[in-house]
Amino acid sequence: MTDHHEIDHVSGRSTTGHEWDGIKELNTPLPRWWVLTFYATILWAVGYWVVYPAWPLVSGYTTGILHYTNRAAVAKDLAELEAIRGDKMKVLAGASLADIENDPNLLSLARARGKTVFADNCAPCHGTGAAGAKGYPNLNDDDWLWGGTLEQISQTIQFGARSGNPKAHEGQMLAFGRDGILKPEQIVTVANYVRSLSGLSTEPGYNAAEGKKIFAENCAACHGNEGKGNQEVGAPNLTDKIWLYGSDEATIVETITNGRAGVMPAWTGRLDPVTIKIMTVYVHSLGGGK
Amino acid sequence: MTHASTASKSMTIGEAFLFPVFFALAFLCLFAAGLAHDAPFAFHASLGAIASLAASFFILKRYYDRPAELPPQEINGRPNYNLGPIKFGAVAAVVWGIAGFAVGLLIASQLAWPLLNLDLPWTTFGRLRPLHTSAVIFAFGGNVLIATSFYVVQKTCRARLAGDLAPWFVVLGYNFFIVIAGTGYLLGVTQSKEYAEPEWYADLWLTIVWVSYLAVFTATLFKRKEPHIYVANWFYLAFIITIAVLHLGNNPALPVSFFGSKSYIAWGGVQDAMFQWWYGHNAVGFFLTAGFLAIMYYFIPKRAERPVYSYRLSIIHFWALIFLYIWAGPHHLHYTALPDWAQTLGMTFSIMLWMPSWGGMINGLMTLSGAWDKLRTDPVLRMLVVSVAFYGMSTFEGPMMSIKVVNSLSHYTDWTIGHVHSGALGWVGFVSFGALYCLVPWLWGRKGLYSLKLVNWHFWIATIGIVLYISAMWVSGILQGLMWRAYTSLGFLEYSFIESVEAMHPFYIIRAAGGALFLIGALIMAFNLWMTVNAGEAEQTTQATGLLQPAE
Repeated sequence: MTDHHEIDHVSGRSTTGHEWDGIKELNTPLPRWWVLTFYATILWAVGYWVVYPAWPLVSGYTTGILHYTNRAAVAKDLAELEAIRGDKMKVLAGASLADIENDPNLLSLARARGKTVFADNCAPCHGTGAAGAKGYPNLNDDDWLWGGTLEQISQTIQFGARSGNPKAHEGQMLAFGRDGILKPEQIVTVANYVRSLSGLSTEPGYNAAEGKKIFAENCAACHGNEGKGNQEVGAPNLTDKIWLYGSDEATIVETITNGRAGVMPAWTGRLDPVTIKIMTVYVHSLGGGK
Repeated sequence: MTHASTASKSMTIGEAFLFPVFFALAFLCLFAAGLAHDAPFAFHASLGAIASLAASFFILKRYYDRPAELPPQEINGRPNYNLGPIKFGAVAAVVWGIAGFAVGLLIASQLAWPLLNLDLPWTTFGRLRPLHTSAVIFAFGGNVLIATSFYVVQKTCRARLAGDLAPWFVVLGYNFFIVIAGTGYLLGVTQSKEYAEPEWYADLWLTIVWVSYLAVFTATLFKRKEPHIYVANWFYLAFIITIAVLHLGNNPALPVSFFGSKSYIAWGGVQDAMFQWWYGHNAVGFFLTAGFLAIMYYFIPKRAERPVYSYRLSIIHFWALIFLYIWAGPHHLHYTALPDWAQTLGMTFSIMLWMPSWGGMINGLMTLSGAWDKLRTDPVLRMLVVSVAFYGMSTFEGPMMSIKVVNSLSHYTDWTIGHVHSGALGWVGFVSFGALYCLVPWLWGRKGLYSLKLVNWHFWIATIGIVLYISAMWVSGILQGLMWRAYTSLGFLEYSFIESVEAMHPFYIIRAAGGALFLIGALIMAFNLWMTVNAGEAEQTTQATGLLQPAE
């Protein structure tokens, strides 16, 4: 612009001659470093366009001299990972469950892999320490709903319980109250009987003989005459002082009244066969494996 | 609008048009409430009916109460500025700001202590998070932008705001949109597009309000008595126009029923994602950057009483900024199903955006040359200048995070949250506070603020809060990114996701503490502004320069 505009005495620059509500503007040129850096970023961008895929065309796009694609980059990363894992996974794939557990090297490999797989997939229900929660079994103890051998654990992980998978464990605790099989007072009586099986206190005036009779007629079919449970149908042992939903009378009455049908998802298809194998050994080795 | 010469009173075009429209709208809303398919829609339609009825009542009451002549455009040769809608916007900004910061503190605390979700659907993180983002961006930021733009455009054009009812329609209509959006989130009404959650009927209403905003702003520009349009107004205009385009582009949706809240977006799959982040990133670029740069371009030279550093820089960085920003959206979708070429363009344009962004910072900071001493004495100016420093930092960090290699570490981590908040708290928050501290005494004709000492307290408490917030998020974000990609020597993932969540806990507490400090600062500001209006010393001369003397 021109020099005949007002000069700002602080900077020595002329103003543009405009004024808005007392605000003026200096005629300062663009800072040189600013312009040069701006040009540098533009040059860098153009260079990047030459090297990498950048501009859409009528059909397709400029692929750049590297022919880079995200998909190829991911495939390369995964291949590198496979290389690090080497043939360890193949050894695990070829070994039987018992072989893995009996070979200290394979076992520590399985446990190293199992730790994060467990935390990412199993911990939301069973807890980070596998101690379970109300309705979700503790995996550290030796009380198993569907069996604690390697084969049984493998079955449960693969197909789940009441998961909708055709091979899933089925069988459920009936809703004795809701479906009118037992009357409310009968339920209270048998609940007291169930408590007595593991040595818990019973209500004063509770009729033990009646409780035993109701149990024999309604519960023993699955839980057994002595209440020791049946892993074929997932009926818990009622005498071992381990409770999936709780041992207080109100909870047991609730269980008998409305039944229970907790779900364990089927992991086949979500985890690959080798990982399921690893998880079987991992869970088995938590402490309660049979 | 020019009935001034006639003695008999007649309705303005606005009154004659808006009264029957609102009256009819009240019945339409009542009808919709009756036929509603879901409770939230019935609630919103009822709110619409009440608001429309109130609007038609007040339009009529105002017509009967007002003198026959409309307020003059000029008094004694000086523009008769229209300050009413600006005052409303300024108060609304403070109220929404505090609400939005408080909800932010609550959800930050929920992340540290999940029990605070209270197991109620209305108070879960999922519903409160959009309430927080919308309250701070659109309710707080939006009211600051509308209020300051209406002020700045009048002062720098030396013309009264165009329209009689229209400016009120813009301010009140916009705030009604905020109420519909916010209550909708709490009731679970959302179209699940980040920063564009409001459903179809709220979007339609916002479209009408926004077009009115554009009309009032441009009409005022046309009325200007100055030969040139001041740079702040370029930025405001770019903000208003582009937000209209973004809003229309991102939100085309087909409602399931015209009497229900649910709708489906026209776009699908990766196209929808691209539209969403073209919108999302330019909401940052044009709402939170261009709009607030406009504030910076008026309030910093005004407060510092110095000329803008470089006119040429303002032109070049303005055009470069608006041309380049609009391309940068795909950097939100690196390493996704978005085509590789689009990711490259998003990244390279973000890099080229670095200097155009910094042009604003240079112009803001260098405008202080010759007035640096004022930073010691004027905490309001200090707040404005520190906001520009945060702006510079965020606009360096942004391009850096858009680089794919950096993004592969930072994406989906708390680093993004830290980056957003250094811009939101440091830049947008501080420049808004600075503008409000200037604006309130000017609007209410006060000699100065009630207490500059309290501004100083606000400045330091909020600054410490921001530093705690962003440094906690940097550490936790980088920690997250590193934990997620860590492999053992055997080639297995070293950490499970839940372990990374556990590792975040201390940083989430620090972040919440930073947010609490920021909120305390805002409460101090609200008290200070309240006392300025209600106990401040009135200014002697009307419409003076409006600048207060620094406390010595």
